[in-house]
Amino acid sequence: MSVREDAATAQAGAPAATSVGEYLGLAWRRIKGGETGVLPVVGGLILVSVLFQALDGHFLTAGNLVNLLVQAAVFALLSMAEVFVLLLGEIDLSVGFVAGIGAVVLAWLARPQFGWPWWAAIGAALVATTLIGLLHGTLITRIGLPSFVVTLGGLLFWQGVMLFVLGNGGSIQIQDPVLNAITSGTLSRPLGWALMLVVVAVFGVVVWRRDARRRGSGLVAPPGALTLAKIAALLVGGAGLILLANADRGMLAPVYGLPWVVVLVLGVLVVWAYLLGRRRFGLYVYAVGGNAEAARRAGINLARIRTAGFVLSSLTAGIAGIVYASRLRSISTSLDGGTLVLYAVAGAVIGGTSLFGGRGKALHGVLGGLVIAAIDNGMGLLGFSAAAKYVVTAVVLLVAVTIDAVARRRT
Amino acid sequence: MDSGTSAPPLLSLRGVSKSFGPVQALADVDLDVPAGAVTALAGDNGAGKSTLIKCIAGIHPPDHGQMFWEGEKTRLHGPGDAAALGIQTVYQDLALCDNLDIVQNMFLGRERLRRGQLDDVSMEQAASETLSDLAVTTVRSVRQQVASLSGGQRQSVAIAKAVLWESKLVIMDEPTAALGVAQTRMVLDLVRKLVERGHAVLLISHNMTDVFQVADRVAVMRHGRMVGVRPIDQIDQRIVVDLMTTGESDREVSEQPRRDEEPRPDDDQEVPG
Repeated sequence: MSVREDAATAQAGAPAATSVGEYLGLAWRRIKGGETGVLPVVGGLILVSVLFQALDGHFLTAGNLVNLLVQAAVFALLSMAEVFVLLLGEIDLSVGFVAGIGAVVLAWLARPQFGWPWWAAIGAALVATTLIGLLHGTLITRIGLPSFVVTLGGLLFWQGVMLFVLGNGGSIQIQDPVLNAITSGTLSRPLGWALMLVVVAVFGVVVWRRDARRRGSGLVAPPGALTLAKIAALLVGGAGLILLANADRGMLAPVYGLPWVVVLVLGVLVVWAYLLGRRRFGLYVYAVGGNAEAARRAGINLARIRTAGFVLSSLTAGIAGIVYASRLRSISTSLDGGTLVLYAVAGAVIGGTSLFGGRGKALHGVLGGLVIAAIDNGMGLLGFSAAAKYVVTAVVLLVAVTIDAVARRRT
Repeated sequence: MDSGTSAPPLLSLRGVSKSFGPVQALADVDLDVPAGAVTALAGDNGAGKSTLIKCIAGIHPPDHGQMFWEGEKTRLHGPGDAAALGIQTVYQDLALCDNLDIVQNMFLGRERLRRGQLDDVSMEQAASETLSDLAVTTVRSVRQQVASLSGGQRQSVAIAKAVLWESKLVIMDEPTAALGVAQTRMVLDLVRKLVERGHAVLLISHNMTDVFQVADRVAVMRHGRMVGVRPIDQIDQRIVVDLMTTGESDREVSEQPRRDEEPRPDDDQEVPG
């Protein structure tokens, strides 16, 4: 941009009357400018779905899609965990086995002979993983060790601890019905509708008030019609999800309802998205990842923000561990934290998060996790081996990074 | 060295010295920086310009010497102290986050909150106002990422940030070093606009053309010493070069370029009265 374009561009600070067309034009210019956001991953998700549906025909059934959402939960949570550290320009290789530790603590405390109630076991698991994150973060920021090395050590160390507790080839069963219901339990049909409507209503009020305040202040703001369209789109999406989940997907006995774990993942997404998008802490995470020196000169405590990033990463990994254990109704030494962490990084990157810090969203983790689960699920339906799944996941990862790199280069 | 004025200058340094181990970076430096004027700081590489502005910005507290702010003796213990007085530094690398937008960069570290959340509307309004006050009108939207801005626009954002934070003294380190002709002019216009608004500007520049376009006073450093501070009408480019290279100049101000004299041999101890 230079003098030549000046005449054509709006004056900064001049109140801009924005119509739907103009606003969409601005959005389109941002996309062309390389800020593609979630478009590539959403496109990829649609492409993958169409492809698998064409090849098999079972992919887009209610039963399989709901199953897919449950499968994606662990990937989505671990990818969200990774987003926090990737935003800071760091990496956390330990999330897989930190999730394992969370699962072990949960299962250990919830055993009948130990007898902790489910909520106390969950609390203890999350406290344990949070402390692990604090330890990693402290080693990285106070001693100044590279996060790659510290969390690689974490990967090995926590795997060792997990094997030690479980014993060689050992496992701990989970008998608590509530813990198992996290992934196997579903909301009743009316509860699913009610929850969806409440969520859409709350979102609608928040978004409408925010946009209305912008419009009232003379700033460039989305026109009211667009705000309404956004809320309507969420309502349609929510209704679609509930219709899908409420359809009977049972083979022998009727099975229906939205799995609780979907609500859990969406809840974690909303909280993390709010933290990153609306709070000062989130802004500082982006600032540190974008230009640590600028952040330092602005008076931001780098060590504190970085440590908090690792704490939140491990906490989210702990939630993933609980979901993992709930799904298997046990935790055993077969947990492959090494592969999980690679999927976590891949999911975050496929979703659109940059490996170089400063660019990414919690939503990217969820969408990337969905893509990985969709490939796993779809290729499973087609009868492919694990070997083929790895290859295809790798190709998708490379495509995602390429789209990101090409989009960026054009700016 | 300065022509006397009744009000104390915004900032006065007296006898400021700073050593890094055996290296004496600043030796007994005196400098006045008055409000509403551009004071250019010239000097060869290693003359101590950067160390001096870091002393003023609170990054390197001086070993010896005194600092007066609006006539009051003061001592800075960190960048926060300098910012609290109203001293803002625009560094050569600008210290902007590419991945944040203009508003976020301008408010970084001083966000406005509303019910615990970032108050985007109020910050965007204030940022837009500041930019249009400074006649920075070439940015498409204050919500665009800094990564998408040109060098001159980035410089403008960094300067506007200093203005937004109600600074009285804006220190600029080579603001035009990486800019083309049109963008250099845009930034120099912005510097004059700051001065018209009553800010003091302390400007480091290697570019003599820039210095003589915007400066009201020129201070020349050499080997950690202040070798001359003169109003712009009592100095020209050749005198600045003399001072930079030899520490003194007995030329008369002249518009005619002369090339008849050999540079004098270096003498570190020589300071003109």
